[in-house]
Amino acid sequence: MSALPPAAAAGAAHAGGYVADPRVRWQEWLPWLLAAAAFFAAPDYLSLGARILIFILFALSLDLILGYAGIITLGHSAFFGVGAYVAGILGAKLGVTDPLVQLAAAAAAAGVLGVLTGAIILRTTGLTLLMLTLAITLVFLEIANKATSITGGADGLAGVVVAPVLGLFRFDLYGKTAYLYALAVLFVCWWLVRRLIYSPFGASLTGIRENAVRMHAIGAPVYFRMVAVYAISATIAGIAGALLTQTHQFVGLNVLGLEPSGELLIMLILGGVGRLYGAFVGPFVYLIAQDYLAKQFPEYWYFGIGLILVLVVLFARGGILGIVDAARARLRRRSA
Amino acid sequence: MEAFLSSLVSVAFHGLAYGMILYVISVGLAVTMGLMGFANLAHGVFAMAGGYILTSSLQHTSIPFPAALVLAFVAVAAGSVVLERLLYARLYSAGELEQVLFTIGLIFMAVAVARLIFGTLQAPVILPDYIKGQYALFGREFPTYRVFLIAVSGVMIAALWFGVERTRWGAMVRAAVDNRAMAQSVGINTRRLFTLTFALGSGLAGLGGALGAEIVAIQPTYPLEQLVFYLIVVAVGGQGSLRGPLVAALLIGFSDTALKYWLPQFGAFFIYVATIALLLWRPMGLFGRRV
Repeated sequence: MSALPPAAAAGAAHAGGYVADPRVRWQEWLPWLLAAAAFFAAPDYLSLGARILIFILFALSLDLILGYAGIITLGHSAFFGVGAYVAGILGAKLGVTDPLVQLAAAAAAAGVLGVLTGAIILRTTGLTLLMLTLAITLVFLEIANKATSITGGADGLAGVVVAPVLGLFRFDLYGKTAYLYALAVLFVCWWLVRRLIYSPFGASLTGIRENAVRMHAIGAPVYFRMVAVYAISATIAGIAGALLTQTHQFVGLNVLGLEPSGELLIMLILGGVGRLYGAFVGPFVYLIAQDYLAKQFPEYWYFGIGLILVLVVLFARGGILGIVDAARARLRRRSA
Repeated sequence: MEAFLSSLVSVAFHGLAYGMILYVISVGLAVTMGLMGFANLAHGVFAMAGGYILTSSLQHTSIPFPAALVLAFVAVAAGSVVLERLLYARLYSAGELEQVLFTIGLIFMAVAVARLIFGTLQAPVILPDYIKGQYALFGREFPTYRVFLIAVSGVMIAALWFGVERTRWGAMVRAAVDNRAMAQSVGINTRRLFTLTFALGSGLAGLGGALGAEIVAIQPTYPLEQLVFYLIVVAVGGQGSLRGPLVAALLIGFSDTALKYWLPQFGAFFIYVATIALLLWRPMGLFGRRV
């Protein structure tokens, strides 16, 4: 993981658009090759690597609703956090230690929550929608903070027991199992999300984002599509949250509220919205930079990410992948 | 019973003070949302700036307290004009996502700058002696500062409402909120109107942050922590309305104070739940117009 996964050529050229050819292009294998190479090349950084993979999954779930369906949310951490706490409570309090069972339970809980909250809030738009998403994650933050007997409150929930994966692979100190486990889950989810985006369902999402009124006019069930994708996205976010708990054997309050949602938005914007692989590039760059800079210069780090966000919005709305695309287009024009 | 009544009066009084402050801070956001459709999540930054101006001028200089309040208003309003002209104006025509991200970026930068300059601890509010102590009213003692705060907020709100309802500027603002294109075509310079209104709203936020420094502690994470309350005030009250946000702010003021007093173990849980329920019932807010 020493270079950026390049943009998916055709898909990124018209970002977030419906691309008729659903075959996997060769560039799309690069992130996986890099991830596999990193496993052997950087054995000391596998914990960071697992963290990056988990946030890629989280960002992927956000890209699905933000980049494709155009739903702006400040509360995506609600699903991440609920997934994280479900896995944590199962492992620490209820003695359900099988990682895949925990994962499934977290996914189900987040998915149900996605259906319930999505059905309510997706009737609104604009600032009201923004506020409702924020209010929902804050409700869960309050619950996690105050229900100390179940969640551990501000101290967090330590001692989450996670059995070996499939009864074979124990979570080790170096993070080998954690890394490969997160990678496998990410791969499966990526495959599903990719299938979804290239399906007619995905095309209708793009249509809703671009012009909901016209989608109504051609008879598309706009509201149901939005609730459906919101629930799918919530499920994936819940899985990502559960992965974070399992790889750390700990869950704390920092998975809920405005800040994790904001950070996630920053990661996705940094990579590029509505491009599928922006969700790969963003967390990769952000978390590595954070690992180097945030501990040494916390004040400058916060200032820096704020500044980068402002600059991206003003000058580079496609994020890193947008810059790569623009550079490639310029090169092509010059050679032609 | 006597004790209950006494605590009821006390909760109502403190709730009123908090609600007024909340309104003075967030009314600017409600108006900018209605006028320009701009989702300025960084509105709390202006309130924090006003708070820091007040606390540090009381701490380090001999500026009298009323002058420090005026300074907070003027300095924040002037600073916001610079920001509006340089940055915000570029994003009026941009999508909601860009506006949200941009203003979140501003929040992060402001939090970092505040931490660098003022440290992470909350800024102490050193009040002059004549405003400390208790004030007897209807046979009860009330903290003088809060009485002062309610009075000043009340005057500001009255002035604002008079301005919007009775002056030429107010008529132009209302015209632009109703129909921007039409307002423009009858010769209203909406660009200048926006800047002026933005400055006024930000200045009020600065003043509110300064006045409320004793109630809502001024610290670097202020814009992040307070954001949800401003959003609730605007969303529940209705964008582009003056009356709605006041009702919403007072509701939050009373219920937050009451909950902290009687049910502290639930935190702000019920406020969020009530907000969600209320917006289910009326998605455009209590006094919002259906567009």
